[in-house]
Parts: sequence; structure tokens; C-alpha cells
Amino acid sequence: MSINYAEKIPNNVELGSNRTLQRALEQWQPAFLNWWKELGPTDFQANDVYLRTAISVDAKGWAHYDYVKMPEYRWGIFLADPEHDRRVGFGDEFGKPVWQQVPGEHRSALRRLIVTQGDTEPASVEQQRLLGHTAPSLYDLRNLFQVNVEEGRHLWAMVYLLHAYFGRDGREEAEELLARHSGDADNPRILATFNEPIRDWLSFFMFTFFTDRDGKFQLKSFAESSFDPFARTCKFMLTEEAHHMFVGDTGIARVVRRTLEVMSETGSDDPDTVRHAGAVDLPTLQRYLNFWFSSSLDLFGADASSNAAQYFATGIKGRPDEKKFADHLAAGTSFDLEIPDGSLGTRVDTIPMRNAMNEVVRNAYVDDCMKGLTHWNRILEAAGHAYRFTLPSTRFRRGIGSWANIPTDPAGNRITQEAYDAQLGSWLPSDDDRAFVGSLMQRVTEPGKMAGWIAPPDKGVKDRPVDYEYVRVV
Amino acid sequence: MVTVESPADSRPITFDTAPDAYRHWRLAVDGRVATLTLDIDEDAGIRPGYKLKLNSYDLGVDIEFHDAVERIRFEHPQVACVVITSGKDRMFCAGANIYMLGTSSHAWKVNFCKFTNETRNGMEDSSRHDGLSFIAAVNGACAGGGYEIALACDEILMIDDRSTTVSLPEVPLLGVLPGTGGLTRLVDKRKVRRDLADLFCTNSDGVRAERARAWNLVDASATPSEFASLVREHAAARVAASPRSADATGIALRPLSRTIDDAGYHYRHVDVTFDRAARTATVLVRAPQEPQPTDAEEIVALGDAWWPLAMARELDDALLLLRTNELELGLLVLKTSGEADAVLAVDRTLLALSDHWLVHETIGLLRRTFARLDVTSRSMYAIADEGSCFAGLLYELAAAADRIYMLALSEGDVPQIVLDECNFGLLPAVNGRSRLATRFLGDDAAHERAQADHGRRYSAEDAVDAGLATVAPDDLDWEDEIRLALEERAALSPDALTGMEASLRFPGGETLETKVFGRLSAWQNWVFYRPNSTGERGALKLFGTGSKANFDWERV
Repeated sequence: MSINYAEKIPNNVELGSNRTLQRALEQWQPAFLNWWKELGPTDFQANDVYLRTAISVDAKGWAHYDYVKMPEYRWGIFLADPEHDRRVGFGDEFGKPVWQQVPGEHRSALRRLIVTQGDTEPASVEQQRLLGHTAPSLYDLRNLFQVNVEEGRHLWAMVYLLHAYFGRDGREEAEELLARHSGDADNPRILATFNEPIRDWLSFFMFTFFTDRDGKFQLKSFAESSFDPFARTCKFMLTEEAHHMFVGDTGIARVVRRTLEVMSETGSDDPDTVRHAGAVDLPTLQRYLNFWFSSSLDLFGADASSNAAQYFATGIKGRPDEKKFADHLAAGTSFDLEIPDGSLGTRVDTIPMRNAMNEVVRNAYVDDCMKGLTHWNRILEAAGHAYRFTLPSTRFRRGIGSWANIPTDPAGNRITQEAYDAQLGSWLPSDDDRAFVGSLMQRVTEPGKMAGWIAPPDKGVKDRPVDYEYVRVV
Repeated sequence: MVTVESPADSRPITFDTAPDAYRHWRLAVDGRVATLTLDIDEDAGIRPGYKLKLNSYDLGVDIEFHDAVERIRFEHPQVACVVITSGKDRMFCAGANIYMLGTSSHAWKVNFCKFTNETRNGMEDSSRHDGLSFIAAVNGACAGGGYEIALACDEILMIDDRSTTVSLPEVPLLGVLPGTGGLTRLVDKRKVRRDLADLFCTNSDGVRAERARAWNLVDASATPSEFASLVREHAAARVAASPRSADATGIALRPLSRTIDDAGYHYRHVDVTFDRAARTATVLVRAPQEPQPTDAEEIVALGDAWWPLAMARELDDALLLLRTNELELGLLVLKTSGEADAVLAVDRTLLALSDHWLVHETIGLLRRTFARLDVTSRSMYAIADEGSCFAGLLYELAAAADRIYMLALSEGDVPQIVLDECNFGLLPAVNGRSRLATRFLGDDAAHERAQADHGRRYSAEDAVDAGLATVAPDDLDWEDEIRLALEERAALSPDALTGMEASLRFPGGETLETKVFGRLSAWQNWVFYRPNSTGERGALKLFGTGSKANFDWERV
């Protein structure tokens, strides 16, 4: 098969002149397309979707909009522009030139990070594959597909690194990325969160807000990596990832708006009344938020972590916006970690700063999540409503780290296991909540029209009106 | 970091435990299959200063493991197959805890490794001699010592979820060796081709199921949904092929009655007394003081009070306590007391009833206990003095020793050595041969003569002539001779002695065990001592801090 590379696979990595890479990707591309057809969005493969495609990395080219059928989407390979004389920005190798090739001694660690990151990209596409059937509008349907194709491109980005820099091992790992499947008991995705199906659109918005935001922070940390091609790849992915979080942030805001309208129409904030009128009551939103925030926290890893220390010390993975920190060595400094004590209290464990890097990144993530909450709470405030969303404590419902399986309430106060078991149902979406949200999921295909549980967006995509035919469903 | 020193700061480490006191293992017996589930309590390390994360183990975890295997042998003799698996999600076992190793003294590491090695050898010993097979059901990530547990099993079954790997990451990650038999079993037992083994042992990520099968790192694999039935099928096949008796009913292994005081360890049949100034411990083993049963039913009724079983448990425990808690007692004086005929009578029962499960298991315990003695890195002198009874299986104590001193008396209570059939193959050492066969390596005639003359009562002179004793001072020289010999030995370099004894004790052909205790352990202990692993900038010391080891690049 001969491929016109610049056309088929838009790239800025000189794919046209790299025969090794061509051969590898020629083998991988058909497998990817098969995977997309089998496990990508169901049923919409033949529809024209108004999508953004990156065809170059400059300001003009990275966001090219047009109708495209998803299997014909041009999944490109882009690295952010190289930075002249870039130096290692942190860790023991600080100040030395960055690496253009994988140093042998870091091969395993780098491969592991790239594979783990790469595994999440197709996983989320698989998790969301049924959502197209219940999209609340064509605008949302298009956004879903935009997120999906870009996650597919991010998979390409990781596969490119594996093929280009890791030899035979890398090619095998790239194949495995298509062989594992989200939720498949025999072939699960690497991280547990990515094996949970996303059944309703409220979960989708929560996922793009909270879970994709973990991705953002991982990418920001990788964008600091001393392995320059990895850093540049992740840096470019961040430009696309921002849209995914925008989908989550505005999606939840639109749900809140619609709920406020219904509350105003019915003159009641009683959850049953709100539900009866076809909107999602605020306490249910809070429970969804509790669920997705707490499960996303685990993705950052243990609070005291030898891997994190190794990644930082060796220059493989930095902190988001490393330049903002004064001390790039973090060698002799420490971090006070609040951990559970033997009874129902807490105590402070002082650990070396490098071992606390996961916690440092997690804290930055929590601050970022708070911005979304502030946004939604402002909507509540502007509507004159007293209800406020709160972010649970990072101790709540953790499965990894010092707080793993330690019962606390959402505020992070330690409670007994009995009290936890008794109340957990009131803190997380119940079966009843999920069934109710599920019942709202009705497909809306008329351009500009929204399902009854969500308000229209403020504006459309790329200067198009909200009632634009973002997906040609007929 | 805390440096954990041994011997214990306050009270000695003991090896006493029982299933209802386990913190890390669950023992479940279902008919002829026992399942040992590793589910480590990370906050229950035997020493402070580290957490047993990711199902990683320390000595305390292995003490329970050792206990559990022993209880399966004696309390659940109908069990034909033991399945070892993990109670954690997607994590089988990450091996020995690195922080424990990084903060432990050299002696602690070495003793810990030796004990864990012996437990794994013990599994193979029971499989080889007693038809008790072991299956590793690797249901999650399996690294380092975790994979070494699997290697000690008869079969390794691995979950294939496209993520789980088996690995020996010691060299690339920690700058030490997979020293619990890992390197040796890989190429010797599983016959993994040496270049593939080289790839495997330098790849910290390990290999997934498909390649693990291709390289013979595991025997079979299955997807998560089919894994449980794969394990069940293999266990059932092992049970069907096992020679073990299905209707055997076990006996209880009760806690040892033991007193520990400043003078030593005191048991019913074994007594250990310390002479700290002389850096010597005397280990006295008493012959049965009461008539012992000769009938299987009576033996079962007596249970763990039956002399050979009780004596072996006590001796085994004493050796473990000495090794762990009394590092400076470098010379063990092995003594016996009582009636030789009482020992010989027990030997006849052991031989006559060796098909009975309890007798069989008792022989197994004796075999493993003497094997523990063989590889104990202390000098050992057997002293056959008045009232001693180095007869039959108690002669194995002497045969294990580095020297045998025997008092030459012309009249009175003349010390005697007596051999019987127990000395010719019933209790092979770790090199797979009897201690006498090893002793007479290169002198088949002497070996055959000794065997032909079994039952003969050797005086000191005769024993020296026959090669069964080393030196035979008479009563006028005895006290000085013994005193000088002990003082002289206790003054030599303990390191040189350890190396010398280990080299002299196992002449002739090698076995997997001798390679583990010789080549692998010796190299591991050397690596443990080198700055590249345990120096301030060594890989083991720095593991987890993120900092890179600062190697001395000279190849030595």
C-alpha cells in the first residue's frame, strides 16, 4: 500500500522521508481503522460531522474545520515547535541539554509512562461509544465526536513515539494499545477508571471535566520532560485537550442553567418536583460530582511514591508549569503529608519532596477543578439561589495512597466504617439517580433544539450558529 | 532513614505463629487442595520503618508462609496440591520489600534471604519426596521475590489480561540479584535459554503472558474470566496424580514448649546454652527418654510429641533463633546425650513405617532440618563425649559438622558411634546425597565398608580409622584438646570461616540447592556489601528517593 503521507497523515515529523516509521505506521494504521470501526462511536461512521482537524501546528493550521466522515478523519502526528537549545528543567540532570533520543537507562520508565498515557486515549473512546444515540442536541453530538477523534489522535501521538523511539518493544506495545478494551474483563484497560462505561451524558460531562483534567495535568507534567519529542508531543496535545474540558465545564453549566429555569418555572427546589419537570435536581448533580472527582483523584497515583520520585529525579516527568517553581531540584526539601493515624484522627508525615510529586500535581489539579465549581456556583448565585456545589475532600473515597479505603465523609472527616457504609449511598449517585438520569437521555436531532434537561450553549462552534447542522444525521 | 539492626533491640525474633494469628496469609483447605492467599497487611512489618506495599514481604510474612506450609504437611496431610495466589487486585507479589532491604543490616539481609530460600527449597523438597505439589496462580503483577515464589512451585499459571507481567527487576532497578533462587531456577529448573534469561533479568518491566509462555517463564495462562477454572483444572490434575493418601487425618502442631533465658533456649529434647565470652553455643540433642511407639496408630495418637518429630521441630526452631538473634555465637558445639539404642529403635520404626503419612512427613522434616544445619553459616564441632549417643539419625548431626571430636576411653561409659540405614540415603543433604556419601567422596570402599558394618558400635579409635570421626583424644588430653580447639576456632575470621566451611561442606556434584546456597547466595552477599548496592549512593539505598545510583564502574 502506498500512502501519500502529507495527505493521509498530516504531520510535522517528516514522515514522508522516514521509511522505518512509514513501514511501522502502515502496519498499524489499518489496525487502528479496524479498531475505530469496531469500538469507536457506534452507527455514526457514515455521517458527515463538522469537525476540527489539525493539519499543522501553526495558529492557522491546528484548527481546520470542515465536514468529515469520522473514519476518514485525518489523524495527524504533530509535535509542538522545537525550542532552541532546550535544557533539562528539573531533577538531577538540571541544565543539561534535553534528549532527542531515549537514553537506554530510561527506556523502561519512559515506555511505561507513554503506554499508560496512550492506553487512556482509546479507552475513553470505547467508554463513550454508545453516547451518540442519546445526544441532547446535534451541537453536543458533534462535540462528543470531536472529543473522540482527538482522543484517537492522541493515541496516534503516543503510538508515533513508541514506533519512532522504542524499536521492536515499542511496536509491540503499540499493538497492545489496540488489543486491550475498556470494560473487557479479559483484556481490560490499564487504569481501572477507564474500564467503567459512560452511560449517560451527565457522566460524559463529568468525565470531560474531571477525568480529562487529570489528562491535562499529566500532559502538562510530560510537557516538561527531558525527552524532547515526548515533551513536544504532549505540549501540542494540550491545545486540543482544552476543548474537552470546555465541553465538560460548559456542559455542566448548561445543565445547571436548565435546572434553575425549571426551578423558577415550578417555583420549587424540591428534587422530586424538579425531576418531575424533566431536569436534574442540584443534589443529584452534587452526587455525580462527588463520584467523578473522587475517582479521578486516584489517577494521580499514591501520595508518597517512589516512582514519582524517580521520574522527577531522572528528568522524565516534571511538575506542571515547572518554570513557576523556584527550586527545580527539590533535593533536600520535604513535604508534609497529612495521613490517617491509628485511631480516627490524622497525623503529619514529612516525606522527601520528590516522593510527594504526585501530591503536588494533585493539589494543582484540585485548584483547577475549583475554578469550574466557582463558575457553576456563580450561575446559582446570579439566579439568587442559595445552593452551592462543593468539592469533596481529597481523602474521600480514595482507592490509592495513604487514604485508600479509609472511611471519611465528603468533607474528609474520619468516620467509622459503619457510618460510611450507611451514608455512602447518599453521597454518590444511587441506582435510582442513575435510572432517573438515564430516563432523561432522549436523542434530539433537530438542528438547534436541545433536550429538556439542558440549556442551549451560548454560542455555536467556530462562528456557526447554535442551530447549525453539526452532524448530518439524515 | 532508620537502620534496623539485628539482633533485636529488645526481645528476640521468634518463628512462632499459627493460622489464626496470620496477618498476611490466608490458609484455606478444600478437600485435597489447599489455597494459600497472600494478602499482606502493609502496616504489619516485623520491624518498624517501612510499609509492606504492593504485597511485598519481609521476614514476618515469610515466617507465616513457612508455618503455613508446615501445617499443610502435618495438619492437612490429605492435601495433595497447594495453590499460592494473591488476595490483592491485579498484584500477585512485588517481592521482598525494598525499604526493608535498604534499611537492614547486612546480616539481617543475609539471614532473611537464607530463610526465604529454605522455605522455597522446602516446597520443592516436599514435591520431590512427598508428592505435595505447588501451583503458583499468578493473578496479578509478579515481580522479583514474587516470581521467585512462583519459580519454587511445580507449575506457574499466569493471568493473561494483556497487562500483567512477570519480572525479575533486581538487576536493573536495585543493583542486586534475584537471590532467592531466581537466577538459578530460571536456567536450571525451568531451562529458560540463557540469552532469553539475560533479556528477562535486565528488563525491569518484565514480560506479559504470551512471551512468558514462549520463554517457559510460566506453564500456562488464561484470560481473567477463565483463570479460576484453569487453576482448578491444574490443581485437580495434580491431585489425581499425587501419591499422597486421600484419607490421612492430620495431627495438631501445638506451640513448642520452650524457655528463652540468658543462658540459652531450653526445649524438651533440645537444649542450647550460650557461652558468649567464648562466642560459642552448645546444642545438646537428647535421645528419647521414654519408650517410643512402634505402631502407626500409637504414633498418630502421640502426634507432635513423638520424639523424632518433636526433636526435629525443636532443633529447627533452635537453629532459626540462633541465626536470627545470636549473630556472635559463631561456633556451634553439637552434642547428644542418652541411649543410643533408643535412637536406633526409633530409626527402625521410621524405616519400617516410612509409607505411613506421618512417619513420611516426619522423615521430611528431619531431612529439611538437617539440611538447615548443613547451610548454617556457623562453625560446627560435634563432640562425642561420655553419655553421648551419635547413633543412627543423631549421627547426622556429627556428619553435618565440620569436625567430629570423640573421646577415647578404654573403660566405663565408652562413647560410641553407631550407623544404621538412616545414614545411607534416608536424609539426603542439599546436594542430593547422604552426608556419608559426601564425606567419603573419592573413597567408595570406605563408604561401602561403613554401610556393610552398619550396626557396629565404633569406639573412638575405630571411628577415626573408619573415617567417621576426626580426632580421638584420650581422657587425659580431652579437656585441653577441646578447649584449645574451640578457642582457636572462635578466634578466626568469621567471614573467612563462613566461606571456607561453605566450600568444604559440599564437595562433588552440584544441585540446584547447592548452587542457590553457594554461587547465587555468595554473589548476592557480595553484591549486598558493595557500595554499588548499599553504599550511600548505591542503587538499593537510593531506591524510592528518585535519585540515580552513583556506580563505581570498575568490573571486579
